Amino acid sequence: MTRKYELVYVVSPDATDAQVADLHSQVEQIAQRLGGKIDKTDNWGRRKLAYEIGPHKEGTYVLETIDGGGELMKEIDRRLKVSDLIIRHLIVRVDEDQVKIERTRTKRTEASRRRRVARGLPPDRQPGEGQRSDVEDEDRFDMSEVER
Amino acid sequence: MNGKRGFGGGGGRGKAGGQGQQGKDGQRRPMFRRRKVCKFCSDKIDDINYKDTKLLMPFVPERAKILPRRISGTCAMHQRKLRTAIMRARQLALIPYTAE
Repeated sequence: MTRKYELVYVVSPDATDAQVADLHSQVEQIAQRLGGKIDKTDNWGRRKLAYEIGPHKEGTYVLETIDGGGELMKEIDRRLKVSDLIIRHLIVRVDEDQVKIERTRTKRTEASRRRRVARGLPPDRQPGEGQRSDVEDEDRFDMSEVER
Repeated sequence: MNGKRGFGGGGGRGKAGGQGQQGKDGQRRPMFRRRKVCKFCSDKIDDINYKDTKLLMPFVPERAKILPRRISGTCAMHQRKLRTAIMRARQLALIPYTAE
């Protein structure tokens, strides 16, 4: 069974788009060579860094979701450490967490369905029912506005 | 020892008045404290992800220190997950380690 990893790397702001694309293809090549594959790539574009890293104040963030083994990630880690263009990178194993999240989610929906059936309601929430509206959902992060 | 006494003496005059008032208030009506609930439990957020800075930022106020559980009211499980997420985000410079 292969594992799933997330790799995020921050490329120096001086790098051109071609260089960023080149880094991506390098990672892809390593993955292919060691029997893994890139599931998804997401370029977040240029972002301001929360703190200065050496001379840099900005960086281009790239997220890759990779299926593969530990050996592959070790190799990628080594290569990224050596690379001059990359100022930071982080590899996180995600498959186990995703399974856990999925489990709690299904558990919760099942529990709520059971409760609703016990109360004599249809198992799923009907449109326009319940006190939690979409407007409230949008307010979910307004804590940040208060504290910042 | 010395420092401690100095601190107490320095704050003494101003503080004593404040404490007296607080004591009186406390006698009149018990201090009301809103019951804190875990944000992640109540909002049913299962996934505390290091990429979601919008979610993490309220838990790292001005000094960029992690907000303790006794203040935020986060439950133990979610505080642990929050901590790892914040630490990962810090590595990637998504969240500062410290502010000035």
